[in-house]
Amino acid sequence: MPHRLLLPLLAALALLPLLPGFPPFWVTLLCYAGLAALVALGLVVLTGVAGLTSFGQAIFVGFGAYASAILTTRHGVSPWAALPAALLAAGVMAALIGALTLRLRGHYLAIATIAWNVSFYYLAANLDLTQRNDGISGIPPLRLGETALTEARAFYPLVLLCLGLALLATRNLLDSRVGRAIRALRGGALAAESFGVDTYRAKLLAFIYAGLLAGLSGWLYAHLQRAVNPSPFSLTMSIDYLLMAVAGGVQHLGGALLGALLVTLLRDQLQSLLPALLGAQGNFESIVFGLALVMLLQGAPQGLWPLLMRPFARWNGPRAAATPPPAAAPLPQRARPAPGTEILRAEDLQKRFGGLVAVNGVGFHLEAGEVVGLIGPNGAGKSTTFNLLTGVLAPTRGAVRFLGTPIAGLPARRIATLGIARSFQHVKLVHGMSVLENVALGAHLRGRAGALRAALRLDRAEEARLLALAWAQIERVGLAAVAHLPADSLALGQQRLVEIARALCLDPVLLLLDEPAAGLRHLEKAALSCLLDRLRAEGMTILLVEHDMDFVMSLTDRLVVMNFGAELAQGRPREIQRNPAVIDAYLGSAA
Amino acid sequence: MSAPLLAAAALHVAYDGILAVQEVHLAVPAGRIVTILGPNGAGKSSLLNALMGVVPCAGCVTFAGHDLAAEGVEARVAMGLSLVPEKRELFSSMSVEDNLRLGRFRLRRGAGGEAALKKIFAMFPRLEERRHQQAGTLSGGERQMLAMGRALMGEPRLLMLDEPSLGLAPLVVRDILEAVARLRDAGVSILLVEQNARAALRIADYGYVLEGGRVVMEGPPATLQADGRIIESYLGFRAAEPA
Amino acid sequence: MDLSILLVLVQDGIVNGAIYGLLALALVIVFTVTRIIWVPIGEFVSFGALTLAMLEAGQMPGTVALTALLGLGAAAARLWAARARLTPAGVARCLLTALLPAGLAALLAWACLAWGAPQPLRILAALAIVTPMAPFLYDTLYRPMAGASVLVLLIASVALHLALQGLGLIFFGAEGSRTESLADSLLEIGPLLVTGQSLIILAVTLVLIAALALFFGHTLLGKALRATAVNRLGARLVAIPPALCGHVAFTLAGGIAALGGILISATTTLYYDTGFLIALKGFVAAVIGGLASYPLAALGALLIGLVESFAAFNASAFKEVLVFMIIIPVLLWRSWRMPAALDEGEE
Repeated sequence: MPHRLLLPLLAALALLPLLPGFPPFWVTLLCYAGLAALVALGLVVLTGVAGLTSFGQAIFVGFGAYASAILTTRHGVSPWAALPAALLAAGVMAALIGALTLRLRGHYLAIATIAWNVSFYYLAANLDLTQRNDGISGIPPLRLGETALTEARAFYPLVLLCLGLALLATRNLLDSRVGRAIRALRGGALAAESFGVDTYRAKLLAFIYAGLLAGLSGWLYAHLQRAVNPSPFSLTMSIDYLLMAVAGGVQHLGGALLGALLVTLLRDQLQSLLPALLGAQGNFESIVFGLALVMLLQGAPQGLWPLLMRPFARWNGPRAAATPPPAAAPLPQRARPAPGTEILRAEDLQKRFGGLVAVNGVGFHLEAGEVVGLIGPNGAGKSTTFNLLTGVLAPTRGAVRFLGTPIAGLPARRIATLGIARSFQHVKLVHGMSVLENVALGAHLRGRAGALRAALRLDRAEEARLLALAWAQIERVGLAAVAHLPADSLALGQQRLVEIARALCLDPVLLLLDEPAAGLRHLEKAALSCLLDRLRAEGMTILLVEHDMDFVMSLTDRLVVMNFGAELAQGRPREIQRNPAVIDAYLGSAA
Repeated sequence: MSAPLLAAAALHVAYDGILAVQEVHLAVPAGRIVTILGPNGAGKSSLLNALMGVVPCAGCVTFAGHDLAAEGVEARVAMGLSLVPEKRELFSSMSVEDNLRLGRFRLRRGAGGEAALKKIFAMFPRLEERRHQQAGTLSGGERQMLAMGRALMGEPRLLMLDEPSLGLAPLVVRDILEAVARLRDAGVSILLVEQNARAALRIADYGYVLEGGRVVMEGPPATLQADGRIIESYLGFRAAEPA
Repeated sequence: MDLSILLVLVQDGIVNGAIYGLLALALVIVFTVTRIIWVPIGEFVSFGALTLAMLEAGQMPGTVALTALLGLGAAAARLWAARARLTPAGVARCLLTALLPAGLAALLAWACLAWGAPQPLRILAALAIVTPMAPFLYDTLYRPMAGASVLVLLIASVALHLALQGLGLIFFGAEGSRTESLADSLLEIGPLLVTGQSLIILAVTLVLIAALALFFGHTLLGKALRATAVNRLGARLVAIPPALCGHVAFTLAGGIAALGGILISATTTLYYDTGFLIALKGFVAAVIGGLASYPLAALGALLIGLVESFAAFNASAFKEVLVFMIIIPVLLWRSWRMPAALDEGEE
């Protein structure tokens, strides 16, 4: 991501008030823009990266502000000491609200946050604790030694410092093991779960992180304004924050900054201009903002930041060639079962969808170090069988044992921890993430570092090992030259190879490949065949669904043929090719 | 044969960076059954979807002499082109009868529905028995009959069927393909995509074999049946065809 | 709390619940057919009520001009969408369908003001002015972004809500209005005093629900809308035009919302921004129905109406909090019953 322009932008913002004749009121505006940018930054993580929309960020700003206001005015706590409490209040609230709503589909979260925000507003306006509509005044200012930060000019550096730190922490967080899990939520939830990511926890983490940034903003607000009342924490403000993030560019850290600046400054100008033009009092700027946002969504749904960055693309873009990450100590590996021992046995598997029986009484076993093909005509139930083995679906009946553990009905991420990795028939790579990062997602279970360590950059040693591992797998599938490119810019055949590299990162005992050769050109198929051959020689067990019969027949040791959801035949490729029942299944009976 | 009802020239369909269909030339004469055979992933469905306008394509498609390039799905249906897709795409929470009546939506909002409904029920008596049942509760064969019935309610000139035998037991397959043959005799042109090569060739007047998105062979059924290459393209080897 | 108070509260709850129920139905219709979570429905509530209030006061409402403007916008958007194959008849249809309703609305408004029409006619005029805005907004705003995700459409809806609310302030000012009651009579049933207006509200609600049930259950167009909601591709394959469904859904929703506003404004004072809060309660009801089930949404609306009226009596300060917190057990129940499947990406 192009972060390099952020530093000059922050520096410019810092120097701006030093210009001679810079109006003091504008410094105040810049302060408020900075506070809003903190909240919008949280929305970049939450909405832009994780794909969750919240119309309730003002709640968390409110919790931060009220917590600090109450502690400092009534309990004599120093404003600095109130910061952890403010963050705690916002964070706990985010955890609670998130726990209640994050298991639901995205638009429920959006609607629920609207309800939460309305409730919060009325609560704050009616509780004695928050002093109802009057709010709490007389909040002490922040002090640095003897100086009280009462003037906007004095407060402004603190805002910039917080913003700079938040930007840094956010960048660090997103560029880490946890960050990859969060980034995988958009469009790749199923893939992420298949590599051991607890997507619910990843969502919750993003929600809490956004809540914390909002809480920080609230704490600053309380001590800048030195009074709080319910109105700055209304639904309207939440909508404003989202508007800022979307207008600026909800997928870019810079977008939060740009959007907050733009909306805050523009609003101030319009507020004085529009009533004069229209000859009436009222908040008419919302008309302009509403229409502008609609036009933006229609014309530039990515926001303004990417438009602005386009001229700088050349020196800000990805490096010209892929460079391998620095070498690092290899990660510990799983013990491999001896070749020939049985590692997986499926018995009498059945899956019903309503009245439809997709898989009916399928049973087979796999031995360590063999390549087995699962073939059959369209609609025979091959992909459903795959999904039953990997925990995407729970079987209606039947059992699967993997290395002695019963796994039927376990969730996908539990099965991943046992050493089963897979690729998908419809490629599931995270858009916008590079090949290297996509592959590193497969190594999720092989790291430990959490969000805090990531934000503070204490995860670098482990991260280096994960990236070195990912790089090694990319080299293995022959994609080193394109490792730095966005994965979605590759041809479909190469994307399938990325999926295989990602699966290898898990250090699997069993590799399940769903149509790995589809869309590959002739030479690529030969290379894939070689790769799978080598993996087999290393002791890997592979089960693959594939339609390219040349590929299947030359590669596999054994075939399982399905038809009408049931097992039709099992055997060596040569026997299968001559099996009249199989020929009939493929060509249809002559009857 | 007269001028074809549907003709495609130099058709290319690409998505996700791969060419699913390349350089396909194809003609469906009026009143004939033309079948497209080929293994899984050969591009058969992509071809039908492109002809219907569901996915974009490059090349030239004409229907009854009209260039279809600028026409959307609805316009193509209005011209008499109809697709029964592989996944059937029924209105699952609605009754069988409602599904059928909606098939006639394009004809002045369903005018003449009763007579058309009778014809469909005569063709598929099972549907009349299930008339008030929800489409989602039907068995696989009934769903296929309903999908075909819904398409026929719109009185298409050309019916495109995507794998009508998919997942169906052999007896049901025979029923459905016999219905297809009767439709041809009633004057409806048919473009039939099938994996079930033998069954399709029994009723077809002409066939194309698609492999890797290209037409590798075409000809009348007798020619195709005699050629071992069909088996080769399906199973990846050349074998003596067991009678 | 004695029996008479209890009965009054129940009556209030049912009447308000009826309005929330209508809004919930409208929201469900729009969402299932177009995937748009239509936040600005609240502005239609306000616009309907306040347009009527202005007509009563003998003033020309600003909504007339807005409808005309949106009509022009819709005509332009339709012509642009069909630019590839325009026939003279097509152009004429685009212009007529957009400009005729706008012209009719202006004419009705003018007639009401010029001749001091009776209340039912004024109500008709208010509906004719406000309702067409909904399909016009669909044409100008939503259709150009038809392929967008539910979330993007939702954000666009919120933006539209902001703009319309601002316009509402310009048109109607910050003061609230109340409209004439359609029936001033009081009915005494045992210990219960029933106002004529609440009976009218209930009757209209029931008639509307019955009419909607007939429309969706027994007309081909209604079934076409349901079909689009069930299976978009299937609907395209039988040539049900998505735009037609969008127009019908939005017209229905806009009309229902405006009517809801008109009905409720005889019982309480409405401000330019009240509609949003009313609509939010309709939302909660719709969410209770999972944005899909009509009967559940209607039940939810009734529940909200009752909770609201009892909360207003017992803990008036926390009325809104209690109403909106109904959503929590509902969401809990939903997330426990049917956790979101591992989506293939955001829809």
